[in-house]
Amino acid sequence: MEALEARLPFRRIGARIVEGIDPGLLIVLLSLSLLGLATLFSASYDVPSRVVGQAVNLCVALVAMWLIAQLAPQTMMRFALPAYVIGLALLVAVALFGDVVNGARRWLHVGVTRFQPSEMMKLALPLMLAWYFHRKESTLKLRHFAIAALLLLVPFGLIVRQPDLGTAMLVGAVGFYVIFFAGLSWRVMVGLGVTGLVLLFPAWGMLHDYQRRRILTLLDPSTDPLGAGYHIIQSTIAVGSGGFSGKGWLNGTQAHLEFIPERHTDFIFAVFSEEFGLIGNILLLVLYSLLIARALMIANSGATVFARLLAGAIALMFFTYAFVNMGMVSGILPVVGVPLPFLSYGGTALLTLFIGAGILMSVHRHRRLVQT
Amino acid sequence: MPSLLGTAEIRNSERELQQFQLRVGVAGVAVMIALCLLAARFFYLQVLQHDVYRAKAEDNRISIVPVLPNRGLLLDRNGVIVARNYQGYTLEIFPRKVASLERTIDELSELVDIQPRDRARFRKLLAETRNAESLPIRSRLSDEEAARFAANRFRYEGVELKARLFRQYPYGEVGSHLLGYLGRINTQDQTRLEEEGLDANYRGTDFIGKAGVEASYEAELHGTTGFEQVEIDAAGRGIRTLSRTPSQPGNNVTLTLDMRLQRVAEAAFGERRGALVAIEPATGDVLALVSKPDFDPNQFVDGIDPQYWAELNANIDKPLNNRAISGLYPPGSTIKPYLALAALETGKRRSSNTIFDPGYFDFGGRRFRDDKKGGHGTVDMYKSIVESCDTYYYHLSNDLGIDAIARFLGPFGFGSRSGIDLAGEFTGVLPSPEWKVKRFKRPQDQKWYPGETISIGIGQGYHSYTPLQLAQAMAMLASGGQMYKPRLVARIDNTRTGEQRSIDPEMIRRVALHRENVDFIKRAMVGVIKEGTGQRAFAGAQYSAGGKTGTAQVIAMKQNEKYEEAKVAERHRDHSLFIAFAPVDSPRIALAVIVENGGFGARAAAPIARTVLDYFLLGKVPAGMQNPTPEDEAAEEEESD
Repeated sequence: MEALEARLPFRRIGARIVEGIDPGLLIVLLSLSLLGLATLFSASYDVPSRVVGQAVNLCVALVAMWLIAQLAPQTMMRFALPAYVIGLALLVAVALFGDVVNGARRWLHVGVTRFQPSEMMKLALPLMLAWYFHRKESTLKLRHFAIAALLLLVPFGLIVRQPDLGTAMLVGAVGFYVIFFAGLSWRVMVGLGVTGLVLLFPAWGMLHDYQRRRILTLLDPSTDPLGAGYHIIQSTIAVGSGGFSGKGWLNGTQAHLEFIPERHTDFIFAVFSEEFGLIGNILLLVLYSLLIARALMIANSGATVFARLLAGAIALMFFTYAFVNMGMVSGILPVVGVPLPFLSYGGTALLTLFIGAGILMSVHRHRRLVQT
Repeated sequence: MPSLLGTAEIRNSERELQQFQLRVGVAGVAVMIALCLLAARFFYLQVLQHDVYRAKAEDNRISIVPVLPNRGLLLDRNGVIVARNYQGYTLEIFPRKVASLERTIDELSELVDIQPRDRARFRKLLAETRNAESLPIRSRLSDEEAARFAANRFRYEGVELKARLFRQYPYGEVGSHLLGYLGRINTQDQTRLEEEGLDANYRGTDFIGKAGVEASYEAELHGTTGFEQVEIDAAGRGIRTLSRTPSQPGNNVTLTLDMRLQRVAEAAFGERRGALVAIEPATGDVLALVSKPDFDPNQFVDGIDPQYWAELNANIDKPLNNRAISGLYPPGSTIKPYLALAALETGKRRSSNTIFDPGYFDFGGRRFRDDKKGGHGTVDMYKSIVESCDTYYYHLSNDLGIDAIARFLGPFGFGSRSGIDLAGEFTGVLPSPEWKVKRFKRPQDQKWYPGETISIGIGQGYHSYTPLQLAQAMAMLASGGQMYKPRLVARIDNTRTGEQRSIDPEMIRRVALHRENVDFIKRAMVGVIKEGTGQRAFAGAQYSAGGKTGTAQVIAMKQNEKYEEAKVAERHRDHSLFIAFAPVDSPRIALAVIVENGGFGARAAAPIARTVLDYFLLGKVPAGMQNPTPEDEAAEEEESD
């Protein structure tokens, strides 16, 4: 009797903790994160403390996810405008006073630490756009889309100028996903796409030779095998030499002989792919498919326009991260600095991703209960 | 109305929801297509192209390690080794594997002796070397130190004991300007090697010839770097050697230098500054090439100690400067035999023609004085050389004219580079109206004044030549008109194939001179030694030799000013010169000596020439020298090392 009494409060606390947590989503996220830690362990034979550091990052991110999951989407809506305005102000501040690291102005000093405001925009922008479209629910006109486009282009332009093409592309993509889900007509999208393509030609003619060469290298790294192309050539070798079943955990020669640059962060997929082979890659693709599918389902069941748009954009954000990163490492997309979601080393990206997952869980918890 | 609007809004929202659900479906399909695309790419890379990439990855596991060649030896004409290699232990730090360099060095100093100069040198290397794998903190460890470190190796991550070959010059500073030295390959050398396409052959090589023969014959001495294909493990350490292309040692270079003669000559200089060049007239062989002060090339071998380097550079005597080829001096009276010969050859004088020397020569309102107060009286050509009569040559050069003088002296090599295989040779100045036009910008400076021709006659004025040029001219006169390119290297031996390549003497030009004129000048130069200005220095010489003294002004003195040696600061004193050849009938050696600020030629330079000729012709070792043959001392040095 006493034992049961004693266990009860724990059970209640346990129940409170798991409340609002989507078990399916959590299992997929944890699987991905543990695969990431294992791969990081192999990639960090020289600096084993990285694995511990990433485990700590993971715990922090899980707590953040849990906290966000406790909030209702309506509460989040209240943060949309302030988050966007603050994010924009910080981006301007970076442009004016930011630290230059590797030739790009991305970091802002805040007291003892420094951070990248562009990272914050990855969530602040879809939050803002979803809130904006939510307010214009059922009275949407084309000009609202134009305003939304403006809300997108301002931070996008600021991030491009830093320059940080990878983050700019992600922010732009996430913003676009909101607009897409909000119902921008296909005709406008096709029209814009065609116009863009047509405009590319005169723009190309106006570029300097060195700028063209830089873009061509971005598209085809093999033209610069000792510079930017080196990364891609070596990572493609890593993926290809992994074969069907891989070289086995900790046995990747490309990774361990230091042929793969950035092997903890943007190129961790090369390490994974070399050691776990096609089987591992398929497993990874299945996990990402489950993650995205679950996220889209949650979006579909969202109770409000805000919740639906936000969840849909986050689902496609996960996809964009994964697709661009794996495409880059396997040599079908240009090299842009995009981490592999939940696997790459780095606390900030992990935090953003888990907060995104927390939002999804909150949307799921406050889903439409009655199908109309 | 409001209700109508309300229903419209609801209908709108429903439509929007349906549209959203449709778009989620579209997005889902797009995601699946994209992920399938990735899967297809993975299948292509990992299954279809697997063999290709596996092979590429295998290649990546094999590392090419250079195998260093032994540098060729330098030998003198008698086969004495003057530069060799020895194996020594160095303690090397891998800066990238060490957390704190200072702490590591402090810890190492508990085991091996590390002086502040070692630390200074290490810091200098660290600053100068790009992407250095490892850098030496100490070289030439004693066996005991090496053993002590080897026993404690585990305590020092990123520090390794390496066996390396070092260059050693057994005779220290003797011949240092000719032999040169090795130094670490710096970024400049690296750029040059890359431009010449030699960088692959220098992979792993740390040192390169920086001066002297070590630099000019770098291509012969270095050898060919070999390669080992080594399979490396995960940490990049070699597991096993897959194949090995051995290195080929550099060629041994036999010099024309006579190291014993060089030693005798350097000893004869003592602490005095100056230069000496001795040449074999029949071949152009450089028998000795002295430039004092000199330096110890051994100090350069493992990265020069910054303090020694600073001392060398700060020294006002410029020990690194090779005076024999880049010091420029007026020839003084040593030019007189050539002018006399010019007069004979052009027919301006016969040897029997005389002048009366009152002790001066008046020209254009200026009085050119003779050294001897009251003059030499009646002077013929023989006496003019033996007694070094200035007035005779004031007349002579005036009669010859500057154009004829320049035309005649040019072929003797005055004012042109000899082409010796040493970097940094100077051209000097053979004065002529054309030279003046080229040298000066302003028209009034470009004009040649007849008065300038007068001082040309006694080797002053614009004349300035290297000691090598003076020796070359002497050799040409001694051989009766043949000029050879100065030859430093007699033979190059490939130690692997045994192939020997002789470097033949290279005659640059032959000037047709009348035998009787040349013989007359030679006889007069013998007179200098027997009864003239060189008499005292050569008293009792048991061989026939010819010579000529010379005194070159360091600061311009007006001709009517009295030069008082005692009053003039040491560095403003005249340079002392002497040129000589011997034996007279078939000369085996021709030389030029200059002692900076040595005063009269007969006093400082002539005795050095005497000592050198005594040794070369008679084997007579100067009284002060303890070890007659260098080998003995070398053997001792080795033991004391």
